[in-house]
Amino acid sequence: MKEINELTFPDDLRYTKDHEWARLEKDHVRIGISDYAQDQLGDIVFVELPQVGDEFEKGDEFGIVESVKAASEMYLPISGTIAMINAALEPNPEIVNNSPYDEGWMMLIKPDDPAELDALMDKAAYLEMLKGNES
Amino acid sequence: MQESVGTKGLIFNEPLLWEKGSKGRSGFSLPRRDVDSFPVDEELCGDGPDFPDLGETDVVRHFTRLSQWNFSVDSGMYPLGSCTMKYNPKTNERQAALPGFGGAHPLLPAELSQGVLQIMYELERYLGEITGLPAVTLQPAAGAHGELTGMLIFYAYHQSKGSKRSKIIIPDTAHGTNPASATLCGYKSIPVKSDENGVLAPADVAAVMDDDTAGIMVTNPNTLGLFEDNIQEVSKIVHDHGGLVYADGANMNAVMGIVNMADSGVDVLHLNLHKTFATPHGGGGPGSGPVCVTPELERFLPSPRVIEKDGKYRLSEDYPDSVGKIHAFYGNFGVQIKAYAYIRTMGAANLKKASQLAVLNANYIKAALKDTYYLPYNRPCMHECVFNDKFLSDFKVSTLDVAKRLMEYGFHPPTVYFPLVVAGAIMIEPTETECKQDIDMFIDAMKAIAREARENPELLHEAPTTPKVRRLDEITAARKPCLSG
Repeated sequence: MKEINELTFPDDLRYTKDHEWARLEKDHVRIGISDYAQDQLGDIVFVELPQVGDEFEKGDEFGIVESVKAASEMYLPISGTIAMINAALEPNPEIVNNSPYDEGWMMLIKPDDPAELDALMDKAAYLEMLKGNES
Repeated sequence: MQESVGTKGLIFNEPLLWEKGSKGRSGFSLPRRDVDSFPVDEELCGDGPDFPDLGETDVVRHFTRLSQWNFSVDSGMYPLGSCTMKYNPKTNERQAALPGFGGAHPLLPAELSQGVLQIMYELERYLGEITGLPAVTLQPAAGAHGELTGMLIFYAYHQSKGSKRSKIIIPDTAHGTNPASATLCGYKSIPVKSDENGVLAPADVAAVMDDDTAGIMVTNPNTLGLFEDNIQEVSKIVHDHGGLVYADGANMNAVMGIVNMADSGVDVLHLNLHKTFATPHGGGGPGSGPVCVTPELERFLPSPRVIEKDGKYRLSEDYPDSVGKIHAFYGNFGVQIKAYAYIRTMGAANLKKASQLAVLNANYIKAALKDTYYLPYNRPCMHECVFNDKFLSDFKVSTLDVAKRLMEYGFHPPTVYFPLVVAGAIMIEPTETECKQDIDMFIDAMKAIAREARENPELLHEAPTTPKVRRLDEITAARKPCLSG
C-alpha cells in the first residue's frame, strides 16, 4: 500500500468519511471512490451498482466493491436518482484501481439538492482525516 | 534458534486420474460368473460412466501424492484465528469407527439404535452443561447453519408473542457469517461499532435497540480475541425491549467451564464441534453446529428430538411449536461421536484446563510479538490475538507477504485481513494443543520474518518460493473465475 503523499486527490472533488468522492457536473453529480479507498482495498475484482432510476437518500448504501482482500459497501454522498452507471466496470473492475477519478467513476446521479455537496469534505479536510487515520 | 521445520524437498507431480492408466488396466479381478447370462432390458443399458482404467498402484500413489501436497494439524502448527485448528486426537476416530456406529443406519427403528440415540442424548446434556443452556439440538451441520437455526428460533419466539420484528443488531467484531444468517431469515442487520477497547459499549446498543429489533448476535469472545466485558448489561438492554440474545459460540474454546453463557444473558448459542470439541475441521470431514437454548425456548428447537423414558431412547416429532427439521435425519452423527469421545476423555476439569491453556498460549504469543508487530488493542486477550502490518509498511511489506513467507518456515499462515475492524489484520490462534517449544519456533519465525522485511523486503515479496506452488493469481481467479473443469 502507498503512503498518503503518494496518492492523488483532485482539488475539484468533494469527499466523504467513507472515501467516496462527488463531482458536480452541471445538473448531475458524478460519484466514485477515492485513490485512498482503491489502494486500501487492493485489486478490485467486482463492483455491484444499482439500477438507473433507483432513488436514494444521502448515506444510503448504493453498492458493493469487492477486492481480493475484502468486500466493502459504498454509501451515497448526496440524495438523488441514479441517471447513469459505469457499465465498463462489470467486465473490467480493475479500471477503478487504475483510474479512480476518471474512467473508474461509478455513477451519475440527479441530485435532489446540489447544496448537500457543501456539507462534504474538501481536499484539505479529507487529507486531514486520512492523516488522523494513519496515526 | 532451533532449525526451522520448513525445508526443501522433492514433491511429486501428479496428473488427474483421467490422464493416468490405460485401457484394460484394473485393480481387482471379478470372480467367474456362476449363473447363466440373461439379457437386460435395453432401456436400462447405455454407456458406462467415464472412469479411467487404473491399477491399485496408480490409485494409491495418486492419493498419497495428493495428500503430500496438503498441510494439516497432523503435519504442523495451524494458527488460523477464529478457526480453532486444534489437534484432533486419533482415539476419537477409533470410537467413531466402532462397528456398532459404522454400521448404524438412520432408518433402523429406535429399538435397534439405542446406543446411537443414547450418545446423542448424552452429548446434548454435556453441551447443555458446558454452556449453561440446557436444551440442545444436534441437527445443524456447521456454525452458520446453527446461526440460521438460532434466527429461526428468534422468529418463532417473536411470532408466538404475536409480533414480527424486522431487525437484528450485529457488532462489527462479530463473525462474518452472522449478518448472512440474519439476512437469510429475513432480518435486516443493524451494525454497531465496537468501542476504543474493542468491545461493545452498552450505550451504543441502547441507541439502536428498539421494539422492532428481534435481538442481537454477539460473538463472545469476539473476533479481536477480546471478551465482551459488558455482555450482561448489553443483554439486559436487549431483553428490556423484548429482544433475545444470540451468542456465536465459535470461540467457545476460550471459555469452557469458565463462563456460564446463560448467566451472561444469552438465550441461544451455537457451538462448533469441529472447533472447540476437536472433531476434524474443513476438508477433514463434515462439521457440526449444535444449538443450545434456554428452557423457555426449548419448544422451538428443531424436531425430531431424542427423548429418554425409563432408560429407553427414541425420537419424538411431538413438538408443535418446533421450527421443524433442518437437516436430513439428525445431523452429522459421525462428528457427534467424536465430540462425545473428546468430552468423555477430557472430563470437566480438563476441558476447563484446555480453555485456560488456549488463553495462556495466545497471551504468550501476544506478549512475545508485540514489539515486533503492531498490536491495535493492547489488552489481555482470550484464545487469539490480532496484530497488523503497521510496523512493516515503511518497507512496503504487507500482511499478505508475511503470511506467504511463514509457509517457508513450515507454519500454516494465520487468518489475515480479518476482522475487518483492523486494517491488515494478522489473527493468530495457537490453541492449547501446541507445546511451548513449537510456539517458540513460531514466534522465532515471525521475528525472523520481521527482520527480513527490514533487511531484504524482496524476499517477502517473492515468497513463497519453496512450496509446490508459488503465489496463486487470486486476482484473475476472482475476476475471471473458471467454474467448470
